[in-house]
Amino acid sequence: MQLKEGVVDGSKAVSPLLIATVPFGLVLGIVAAESSVGPVLGYATSIIIFAGAAQLATIQLLDEGIVAAVVVATALVINSRHLMYSAALAPHFREFPRWARYVLPYVLTDQAFAVSIVRYNEVTDPAYKRRFFTGAALTLWGSWQLATFVGIVVGAQLPQSLSLDFTIPLVFVALLVLTVRSRPELVAALVGGGIAVLAAPAPYGLGLIIGALGGIAAGVAAHRITS
Amino acid sequence: MIAAVVVLIIGIGTYLERMSFIGIIGDREVPEWALLPLRYVAPAVFAALVAPAVLLQSGDLVLAPSANPRALATVIALAVAWRTRSVAATIVTGMAALWLLQAVL
Repeated sequence: MQLKEGVVDGSKAVSPLLIATVPFGLVLGIVAAESSVGPVLGYATSIIIFAGAAQLATIQLLDEGIVAAVVVATALVINSRHLMYSAALAPHFREFPRWARYVLPYVLTDQAFAVSIVRYNEVTDPAYKRRFFTGAALTLWGSWQLATFVGIVVGAQLPQSLSLDFTIPLVFVALLVLTVRSRPELVAALVGGGIAVLAAPAPYGLGLIIGALGGIAAGVAAHRITS
Repeated sequence: MIAAVVVLIIGIGTYLERMSFIGIIGDREVPEWALLPLRYVAPAVFAALVAPAVLLQSGDLVLAPSANPRALATVIALAVAWRTRSVAATIVTGMAALWLLQAVL
């Protein structure tokens, strides 16, 4: 089996997805540079968290002065979808060397998961699988670092009067539409958004978590009813 | 300082979530009741982040476009996102709509 090609294959498979990721990274950098979080810590989120939606929510909530525990809880709820990816990849990763099982989860993303799990249905060689995932994940990691870094540099030059903070909800609008593919998912979104608005007066910014949990519960209920 | 600690804790927590079934829990079968709620995390959280941010001003629901152009700009962005499924197109039209509404209203 063509092992080195695995890296190239993974990189090629993920590259169409960069069309969506790069503008998102630019926006994240711009918003971070303009927020009270600042350029240094803003960029550090790309290295330390490396998950766009969670980074954006973290910067938004820190900028609003929301209580630390709520910021952490929100980011970890957003990232809890990785539990699902981790579960799906585990049978394949079990065949990888120990170092790979500890290092590769750091670069696990929506995109790397999506292209890998599709390819894993077609191949059996563990070394090829590992290289494919590495190629896909590192291509995304590198592009993300570059895009957020450029965004930080550009953002520091742009005037506040452009209302560029509005790009935060706009990114979430785009992500929202991409994740609503079924009726229960639509129910989860409508109930989650509705409760978050009603619960907004709750202390410590807890309205967001209450809305999210309400939306998730509504999605599960809708799934039970429709299936 | 607190912000840096928050980022660090989120980073560690996110790594543990990514690592969960691969390294810690092992690859035993995950029950459906545990996976089902995870499917609705993304739409619920994204909507909960957007709705208050664009509909509320100092805690009050403001829908009139003249007072809250962001709400109308968001509806336009929502329609564009639906049609194009493109993050870039959503950002560009949403910002253009906001600037236009701010200039006109």
